[in-house]
Amino acid sequence: MPKMRPRSCTLAAAVSFAALLTTASMASAAPRTHVVAIEKMKFSAVPQNLRAGDTIVWINRDILRHTATARDGSFNIDLAAGASGRMVIGKAGLIAFYCKFHPGMRGMLRVAR
Amino acid sequence: MMHKKLIGAGMVLLMTAIPAMAQDGPSDPQIAHIAYTAGALDAEAGKLALLKSHNGAVRDFARTMIRDHEAVNGQALALVKKLGVTPEANATSAALSKQAAQTHARLEALSGAAFDRAYVANEVAFHGTVNNALRMTLIPSADNSELKALLDAGLTLFSEHQAHAEQLAKKL
Repeated sequence: MPKMRPRSCTLAAAVSFAALLTTASMASAAPRTHVVAIEKMKFSAVPQNLRAGDTIVWINRDILRHTATARDGSFNIDLAAGASGRMVIGKAGLIAFYCKFHPGMRGMLRVAR
Repeated sequence: MMHKKLIGAGMVLLMTAIPAMAQDGPSDPQIAHIAYTAGALDAEAGKLALLKSHNGAVRDFARTMIRDHEAVNGQALALVKKLGVTPEANATSAALSKQAAQTHARLEALSGAAFDRAYVANEVAFHGTVNNALRMTLIPSADNSELKALLDAGLTLFSEHQAHAEQLAKKL
């Protein structure tokens, strides 16, 4: 027959669970870091939950030089073969981007406030 | 009009050379030689464009051709060295070189917008020919999996180059 847990132990678990929830909700408000990789002449899927102030790390896994360049000029990350580059998303909205050297490579950032 | 006829003649020459090999299938050393030659010739064409063109978009395109083809050829050289393969000259790479020499002479005689249009038109045609060869003959004939993978990556890149050249041609 299973033993009953002491009441104090259950209470402690409830308190730590509440603390965990608080931490989680704080974390979602804090700036986060996302990765967009380039491989075989394609940008990987862009994370859907971007917010202004978040960081994007662009990783170039090709043997070719690429860029991640905003159509509106708000960013231009030059990526040598195998290199990576970080940037902070400066504003909310839809930001179309492409590779300056290979204009067929395209993507879109959907950034919430 | 003359240059279009010449491009056409060069492509016919090339397309007759490639299927002739396809019956037996080119060997890996021959495939490596064809792919390397095609890349080197396109980088050379880009260098000519940087000497002759004053159009910013054409010069940017030429720089990309030089950078990309040299990067892929660097990878190809590293691969053949690793595999212990010596690239082998053959009729297809000779046809490519012959056509490129004719194109080079024709382009050298042009200047200004006429040069830009002819250079970019040739880039469309050249990448089209090489991509067809990769798709129909070179990739299916390659035995070594690493060589096949490099050719596949090349086809993806050169297809983008072809589309880029087609878009650029519309603006000239």
